[in-house]
Amino acid sequence: MAIFLDASSKILVQGMTGSEGTKHTRRMIASGTNVVAGVTPGKGGQEVDGIPVFNSVGEAMAATGANVSVVFVPPKFAKAAVIEAIDAKIPLCVVITEGIPVHDTAAFFQYSQNSGATRIVGPNCPGLISPDLSNAGIIPGDITKKGRVGLVSKSGTLTYQMMFELRDLGFSTCVGIGGDPIIGTTHIDCLEAFEADPETDVIVMIGEIGGDAEERAAAFIKDNVKKPVVGYVAGFTAPEGKTMGHAGAIVSGSSGTAAAKKDALEAVGVRVGKTPSEAARLVREVLANL
Amino acid sequence: MDLYEYQAKELFAKHGVAVVPGKVCFTPDEAKAVAEEIGTTVVVKAQVKTGGRGKAGGVKLADNASDARDRAQDILGLDIKGHTVRKVLVAEAADIVAEYYVSFLLDRTNRTFLAMASVEGGVEIEEVAVNNPDALAMIRVDAIEGCTLAKAAEIADAAKFPSDVRDQVIEMLQNLWKVLIEEDATLVEVNPLAKISDGRVLALDGKVSLDDNAQYRHESHLALIDDSETDPIELRAKEFDLNYVKLQGEVGIIGNGAGLVMSTLDVVAYAGEEFGGVKPANFLDIGGGASAQVMANGLDIVLGDPEVKAVFVNVFGGITACDAVANGIVQAVSMLADRGEPITKPIVCRIDGNNAAEGRRILDESGIALIERVETMDDAARRVAQLASGK
Repeated sequence: MAIFLDASSKILVQGMTGSEGTKHTRRMIASGTNVVAGVTPGKGGQEVDGIPVFNSVGEAMAATGANVSVVFVPPKFAKAAVIEAIDAKIPLCVVITEGIPVHDTAAFFQYSQNSGATRIVGPNCPGLISPDLSNAGIIPGDITKKGRVGLVSKSGTLTYQMMFELRDLGFSTCVGIGGDPIIGTTHIDCLEAFEADPETDVIVMIGEIGGDAEERAAAFIKDNVKKPVVGYVAGFTAPEGKTMGHAGAIVSGSSGTAAAKKDALEAVGVRVGKTPSEAARLVREVLANL
Repeated sequence: MDLYEYQAKELFAKHGVAVVPGKVCFTPDEAKAVAEEIGTTVVVKAQVKTGGRGKAGGVKLADNASDARDRAQDILGLDIKGHTVRKVLVAEAADIVAEYYVSFLLDRTNRTFLAMASVEGGVEIEEVAVNNPDALAMIRVDAIEGCTLAKAAEIADAAKFPSDVRDQVIEMLQNLWKVLIEEDATLVEVNPLAKISDGRVLALDGKVSLDDNAQYRHESHLALIDDSETDPIELRAKEFDLNYVKLQGEVGIIGNGAGLVMSTLDVVAYAGEEFGGVKPANFLDIGGGASAQVMANGLDIVLGDPEVKAVFVNVFGGITACDAVANGIVQAVSMLADRGEPITKPIVCRIDGNNAAEGRRILDESGIALIERVETMDDAARRVAQLASGK
């Protein structure tokens, strides 16, 4: 089963003819992903490693049955690319691109809400992987294998770190939701999907400073999640007013601190690790007690 | 990027938001000249990117030009919450009848924009939100539809603006929305929005934050960058295009990915508690797919901080290849030696992920005695904290 992405996922890559697009298409294929098409306006008819390139998402979907788009288009053109994918009613659109103006993201997110046909993951995210089944984005496919841990994280490298820590257990799906102020898929969306996924036994949720997504996730867990959740929050030592790499990672005033997020999660029974390794140990403990 | 009040008001004026005449001044004599030009009572306001200027003595009225010079003299050089005042805004003093509040901001929670408005302005809006939440109207604004005339009216009426200023407030809201959209701002705030004795409604203060990701489509915003308050090491890092934040501590940190680097800071701080309170000295994210050169630049920057006693390189290679990271470390060490600045501080490395075995081999065979390799992130943090503490 897994969530959002499985063996039946047929992937098209928007921006496949660019250097990043080509590189990561090859990596996705190497980790067993069914990449069926590329889309670059004006380059329809070409091929990349034998995969056909189309001028539009609509054409690519009609010809190949693609049901997931992965977007590597540069920031300037990302909004148009995502809106094109939404217009074509692709069910899942994974936006890897970093550095998209937040007004553009706000607009295409609203557009996706109005359309109701497309789930957006990202932007500024590593994508998602259901190990051994499909890999949509830039998460290394060789860190771990299929298993029964579900992972949702704002941060790419912390996703990899946690996959590595628990590589012997394996994962149903790992979702890197991205660190921008506005993202298409939230912790809550993933918690809800993992709760409903019969192949996920325990959920790991990685958060970081900024915003109130973790606090809202805690409220959601209280009422809706019966599976055990283990948490980790990065940024305890981040000072107020300094942006820590992710555009969304900033402590403003008293809100958005790591301590507040940890407290909110622990208050609803989520066990929170002080370090990624400790969180991994907690996952093992929780699984041993199931 | 947060703007100074005078910069915010320049953007306001550009988009038709009513402001009082004024000008930024860097010296007392300039303040005097501007006050003469204005010709009425003026207000001299410290330009710093923090709140509470009034309480700190950073806002003064001046009856005439020489008084304005003296007030500017008092204010320039003041320290307000760690910010040194380097410029003042000299503006026409307004005869305030009522103070209101309006803002538009990015609403992360609802993933759209939010308008906030209140007829109780002139005080910290956070206080109004807590003490008198009914007095603060919060209305969502659709990112695609924007702040239409009907939406602006809805906001003004929700905040119960009196009928004599309602039309002006609605126009003000629509113009502020233009600032938000056309300048790619994530916040535009006016507090106070004032009704003055002649009946006009004016923005007496202004706060604007711009989206750095949108810089590429606003060449004019480059002129708004002011590095006078930026740490010199941060400036150097910026030249190398490195994502660096200076902190107060002894352990230099280099990692890849914002989340992992934030986590590294925490792990080092926890480990530091065992070693006399050693803390991370900086945040430095070399990003995804970093080359050896980027790694070398990063090490150069971090070792250039005199407060750093030991460095922790913590990399999990996703796209980043660990052999490139290792080569970067070795290159940086020899580059610094060639420059006559051989390294004297220990470098603790933990590398995992893409091509980690090769990266470890390169470090182990480098023959550089000050490089120490530790297997796990937690153990490496403990070791680097110990080295930095000198224990």
